Formats: sequence, structure tokens, C-alpha cells
Amino acid sequence: MSEISIRHLSKTFQSADGTVEALKDVSIEISSGDIYGIIGMSGAGKSTLVRCINYLEVPSQGEVLIDGHELGSYSESELRAQRKNIGMIFQHFNLLMQKSVLENVCFPLYIQGKSKQEARKKAAELLEIVGLYDKQKAFPAQLSGGQMQRVAIARALASDPQILLCDEATSALDPQTTSSILELLGNINRDFGITIVIITHQMSVVREVCRHVAILKEGVVIEEGLVSDIFSHPKTEVARELIRKDILTDPETEKAALMSEIQGGDIIRIVFSENSAFEPVIANLILTFQEPVNILRANTRNVGGVAKGEMILQFMEYSQRKEAMKHYLKECGLAVEEAPEYAH
Amino acid sequence: MHIDLIGLIAAAAAPANVSEWIDTYGKMLVEGIWGTIYMTMVSTIIGYLFGLPMGVLLTVTRKDGLKPNALVYKVLDVIANIVRSIPFLILLILLIPFTRALVGKSYGTTAVIVPLSIAAIPFIARMVESSLTEVDAGVIEAARSMGASNMQIITRVLLVEGRTSLIVNATIAMGTILGYSAMAGTVGGGGLGDIAVRYGYNRYIYDVMFVTVALLIILFQIFQTYGMFFANHFDRRKSTTLKAGSLIFFIVFSVIMGAAAGVGIIQFIRTMFLR
Repeated sequence: MSEISIRHLSKTFQSADGTVEALKDVSIEISSGDIYGIIGMSGAGKSTLVRCINYLEVPSQGEVLIDGHELGSYSESELRAQRKNIGMIFQHFNLLMQKSVLENVCFPLYIQGKSKQEARKKAAELLEIVGLYDKQKAFPAQLSGGQMQRVAIARALASDPQILLCDEATSALDPQTTSSILELLGNINRDFGITIVIITHQMSVVREVCRHVAILKEGVVIEEGLVSDIFSHPKTEVARELIRKDILTDPETEKAALMSEIQGGDIIRIVFSENSAFEPVIANLILTFQEPVNILRANTRNVGGVAKGEMILQFMEYSQRKEAMKHYLKECGLAVEEAPEYAH
Repeated sequence: MHIDLIGLIAAAAAPANVSEWIDTYGKMLVEGIWGTIYMTMVSTIIGYLFGLPMGVLLTVTRKDGLKPNALVYKVLDVIANIVRSIPFLILLILLIPFTRALVGKSYGTTAVIVPLSIAAIPFIARMVESSLTEVDAGVIEAARSMGASNMQIITRVLLVEGRTSLIVNATIAMGTILGYSAMAGTVGGGGLGDIAVRYGYNRYIYDVMFVTVALLIILFQIFQTYGMFFANHFDRRKSTTLKAGSLIFFIVFSVIMGAAAGVGIIQFIRTMFLR
């Protein structure tokens, strides 16, 4: 059974300019122990959606079920009790700047009425997990962004939640720090079995840790499924756009260098799925057809635990055999699609 | 205007005259200093006793507050505006019957505490409101996401995160009340302001007035320096490495301020209820 069930959820806001529909009939099922990404451009309604999961935002329509219980049916105090089961971290960390690291982690425990001694013991253990045991007495202002997010993660874990919501948790961090935070989240998911929901606008975040992903555009889920499937077979333009942005912001790629190499012929994207990535497909293709292809870029990455490869190929400008070559590639178990975005 | 500057300089230059001067005015000035401290301290404390909850209530019931309530907010808002729109001197006179009913007389330092406190409450409430609305909305949201109740958010987030701003504003409030207490001198309020009016305005004894003014300035400086030091020292966003000298100043004045506040409150209660 799904741990989080979002059913036909809509949310409208009244603003000075009239009614804004932030979410339109969103339905998502997130199963226990999953790492679920929700990705979209800014203004797509991601943050509103994640706040509906702990009812910081009350949906206008539809329902949110946690372990089969409808949040809307709870009273205010029942809802507060339920929130202890759902940890949350934020883009700007939202730590108490006037309290020490240790006291910040103790905060949710004090709220639950735990004694100072008990709270501090637990908080110290959590700081050990996030690698900040020696920073207990420091104040947030003395920490780096990555360290502050680690404190926030420890704080979110203090009430032993089943679910952890991450609202753009890595958006204010540099790529290296982002990776280390994502790794920590992955470990927490693995070691404690906590279901993690990650809100982001960066496809790289989804690629690195998520198993499932939903793509949100203007308040509507336009594509949803396994991350590996979406990377290999993006169905919508938004998905392709997000993947392309990910590739282009990849430090290994130099967009300009790539563009200058392109000459004449048709360009295709081929995507390796399953384990075909290590077969010499391109070499075989060239030997079979006795015609060269230009490899504009090639990249093999770890996507959701499965090795995924992608190549951008360019045929000869006056190639007569490109349809046959595409057919050959498809027969090798690769996904083939036009990649006109590389042509200009 | 015949300001007796020569007399004043002569007084300063001649030790014999100084000791004579101190014999004449010293006791009165010391009592004046205490009167001013007494009024300022007790009025600030009473002001916060009521102004802090009022400020919290204003913050909470605001449109973007924790528990918006247009009616409660509007009522408090209007009360605060009415009291604050009356010039203090007028309020002082306006409240004479009320003060007399409460204290038994309308002159003297204890009596002045009544209008001082009433003027201070809405002023302090506004200061508190501005300090608390400054608190980062993200931190409040984080607390809500952890299941904190509104009361827990007030005591554990708003008052903690707004601490520096609250102390800075308390210092400003105290300075303002000190100024108001001197104003009360015109209607026989007691304290240094009273002496300045009586000697400077009624009797043209300017040297006494100058000394009084100097004493008021020194008192204000001490309050201000101490308040800012207190605010900065407890601001965890800044790295605070204390010098030994600063620490001694801080401890000594904390003790003096605490003692003054304690003695003031006892004196006020005794004058109010044991008369």
C-alpha cells in the first residue's frame, strides 16, 4: 500500500490579481521506503504540493492520505501529532539562529515534551549520524550551508519520522555539497527506511538519488514514473528539456565545443538501457554499413542505480542509409529519437 | 536670558564653593537621580508587563500572523493609536483623576509612574510587534512542520529569534520613558526633570539646571550603552568574544540595574499599597 496517497488534489490561492490555481487535480502515489522526486520549473506548484503532504497548506479540493488516514479528517491537535511523523527540510535551512546546533536538534523533542537530558542525548546521536558531532556547541551562523542543512536533517530526524520532505533542500548549495547532502539522504533512506520526497528544479538531483519522479508543469503532473524510464524515454517536451538542461550543466560537457563540431547531417539521440551500454554497438554499426557516424557526445551515468548511457550521433550529411542505420540501432535494444536541439 | 556662566565657572574653579554647592544641592540631586531611575525602571517594567503580551497579541492576530483575527487586531490597533496620538504632557494631565484614585495623589515620582506606564504600554506593544514580525517566516514554518503549537511557536521561536531586536527596542523604550519622566517635572513629577524645571525655569538657578541636564545625559548614555551591549552580547548571529573589561562593565551594570529595578519595584508596591 502506498504510504502517501495524493488524490485529485487542487489548490487555489486568492491574490490581488484574482484566483491562482497552483495545483490542478494532482494524483500521486508514493510507496513506503521510496525516494520520490517532484520536479518542475519555478512556479509549477511543487512547494505547494509538498506542503499539502503535511498540511502546512490545506488543499482546496482532494485528499492526502498518510498510511491510509486522510489528513483533512484530523483535528488541529491530531494534525500536530501527525506532523511529528513527517520531517521537513528547507532551501534556506530555517534553523534557529539564536540557538546552538545541539539545541536546534533538540527543538522538536522539546516540543514533544521530552526532558532536556533525554533530548540532548538523542540530538547528539543524530549529529553523529550527519557528521557534525563536534559542532554541537557551535551556532548556525558559524556553519557553512552544507553543515546547516545537515543540522536541519538531524533536526528533521529527531522525532523518528516515517517520511522526510525536502523542499529545494540543495538549491542553495554548490554542486559538491549538493552531492554530499544527497548521499546523506540516500543513506538515511537505506538505513532507516524513511520515505523521502524531494522537491527540486534540478534534474541532476533526481538522477542522483530518486527512484520515482513526477514532473509538474503549471500545477499538473504531466509525466510520472521510474527515473530510469523517464531518462531513457522522456515522453513530454518538459521532460526532455529538463534532461537536456541536466546534460548541459554537467561539468564534463562543454556546450560550445559540442556545438562547433556539428556539421550538416541529421542528429539522433540513442539511449542505452538495461546492460547494452557496454556492447560495441557503434563499432558494429560502422562495420556493418561501411559508413562513418560522428559521435557528438557520449555519456554513461548512474541513474537510479542502473547504468544508463546516452549518445548523440550525427549521420553523414548526404547519408542514404540513415533509416536503415536507425533500424539497426533499434534492433540492438536502443531507444532512438531525433535530437534536433543539438542542430543549431 | 542671563545665564550665570561666570558664576558657574567660578563655582567650578573654587573648591570651597564647590563643597558649599554640594552641601546645598547634593542631597537633592542624589534624590533626583534615584527618582528618575525609579520612575524609568518601574514604568518600563510595568510597560513590558502589559506591552509585551499586547505586542505578541498584535503579532499573532495580524493578517499574516499565526492566528489571524481581524477584530482583536483592530481593537488593539485602535487602542494603541489613540494612546499614542495623545501628547504625553496632555495624557499626564488627562489621567490626574485616575492617578489620584490609584496612588492617592497626583504628584511625585510614584504618581507619575501611572501615566508613564500607560503611555509606555502601547509604545512598547508596537516595538514588540515590529520585533516579532521581523522573525524569519521560514523558521516559523519549520516549527509548524514539527508539530509546534502556536503557544510553542511564540515562546520557543518568536521570543527567542526576536531577542536581539527586542532588547534593542527595550533600550529605545527605556530612553523614551526617561525623557517622558523628565517631562513630568513640569507638573511636579519628581526626579531630575522636576529639579531642572524648578531651578532652571522657576528660579533661574542655571548651574543646578546644567548639572541636572548633565546627569540626565549621563544616565541616558549608561542605559543606552548597557542595552546595546546586552543586545549584541546575546546575538548568536555574531561571534562574540568578550574582553575582560567589557565583561566587568557588563556584570557590574547588570547588578546595579537589577538592584535598581528590584528596589524600585519594592518601593512602588509599598507606596501604592501600604499607604
